[in-house]
Amino acid sequence: MKSVFLSTGVWICLFLLPYPVLGATTPPEAGGVLPEIILEAPSDPELMKYLGLKAAQDFTIPQIKAEIVIIEIFSMYCPHCQKEAPTVNALFTKITNDAKLKDKLKLVGIGVGNSGFEIDVFRKNYKITFPLFADGDFKIHKMIGEVRTPYFIGVKINPDRTHRIIYSKLGGIKDAGKFLDMLRRLSEK
Amino acid sequence: MYKFSETFLKREIALIIIFWVVGFLMMTGSAFGLSEVYKDNIYDPGKLKPVDSTLKVKVGEKAPDFTLPSVVGKKITLSQFKGQKNVVISFVPAAWTPVCSDQWPGYKIVEDIFKNNDAILLGITVDSIPTLFAWTRQMGKLWFPVLSDFWPHGQVADRYGVLRSDGISERALFIIDKQGVLRYAYVDDINKRPDLKLLVTELRKLNAQ
Repeated sequence: MKSVFLSTGVWICLFLLPYPVLGATTPPEAGGVLPEIILEAPSDPELMKYLGLKAAQDFTIPQIKAEIVIIEIFSMYCPHCQKEAPTVNALFTKITNDAKLKDKLKLVGIGVGNSGFEIDVFRKNYKITFPLFADGDFKIHKMIGEVRTPYFIGVKINPDRTHRIIYSKLGGIKDAGKFLDMLRRLSEK
Repeated sequence: MYKFSETFLKREIALIIIFWVVGFLMMTGSAFGLSEVYKDNIYDPGKLKPVDSTLKVKVGEKAPDFTLPSVVGKKITLSQFKGQKNVVISFVPAAWTPVCSDQWPGYKIVEDIFKNNDAILLGITVDSIPTLFAWTRQMGKLWFPVLSDFWPHGQVADRYGVLRSDGISERALFIIDKQGVLRYAYVDDINKRPDLKLLVTELRKLNAQ
C-alpha cells in the first residue's frame, strides 16, 4: 500500500509537468500582463522618436512612451491582414490627427514568421508608417500562444512603467472609430 | 495487492500518455502564424520529414515541358512562355495545410516584383481542380495561374523530382529563363516557408544578366 501512496506523488508530478509549457502558450488575457516581448530598436530616427526611445537598443512594450499601446500581430502572408491593412492605417491616421491622442496612444505591428524583407514588402505595399517588427523565428508568436492572425492586443502603460492588458482578441478591428472608443472605455476601467 | 497495483499502474500510464499527447497537440495546433481566414479548416499533418525526394532536374539544363489544367479552366503549357517571360514555378505540398495556405497569399501582393523582373508565376499542387478551387477562393484574387498536377497523379512533380513517397509534393521553387533553361532550384524543409527574399534575389540576378 505504501508503494501506491509513494507512487501517487510521482503520478501527480508527471501529470503536472506539461502545465508550465502549456501556460507559456496561452494567448495574453485582458487583466493580465504581457510576456517579455523584446523588440529591436528601429533604424529610422522618426520611428525612434514616435516610440519615445532614446538609445538604439532592444526594448520592451512598456518602455514605449505612451499611455496605451496597440499591438497588431500580423503576417505578410495572411489574407485577412492584407484586407485589414487599410483599416489599421485609418486607425493610425485617426490617432495621429488627434492632438489629444497622438502622444498617448501608440501603434506597433509584429509580423509573425516574417523576415525583415517580408515586413518591408508589407510596409511598402500598404504604405504603413507606424513601426513594424519582424518575428522571423516565431519566438514572439510562441510567447503569445501562437495566435492566428490578425490579432490585436491593447496594453495600458502606467507612469511607473507597469502595465495591464486591456484588450486581447483574434480578428480585425473593422471600424477604426468604434475600436478607439472601445479602447478608451476599457482603459478607464 | 499485486494485481491491484498492476491494473492501477496500467491505467495511470495510459492516462498520462493521453494527457501528454493532448498537451502536445495543444502546443502545436495553431503554429505557423496561420491566417484567421481559414478558421478551423486547416488540417495539420504535424512535422514532416524535411525532404523526401531526389531532384531529377539540373540547373543549366532545359526544364521539362508540361501541360496542366488550371483552376480557371484553360490549360497552361510551360513552353508557351518561351521567348516571352521568365517562369517561376511554386510547388506547394497540399491544399488546406498550414504553411501552404499562407505561401501563395504572400505572392498575391508582390505581382509588381514579378512584373519588374519580366516573370510570371505558376502555382502547382497535386490536388484536384475542385479542391484547388475551394482552397484558393479563401486567399482572395490571385493574379497567377494555379495548376492541378492531380492526374496522372503528380506526374509533373515526379518529372522534376519533387514528388514525395506519400504522393504530395515538396515545397519547391524553380526559375526557368526565357530560353526554357532551369536557372534556380529550391527544395528545402517542407515544414518551412521559404523567405521571399531568396526568390526575389534570384529573380533580380536573372533579370540583371
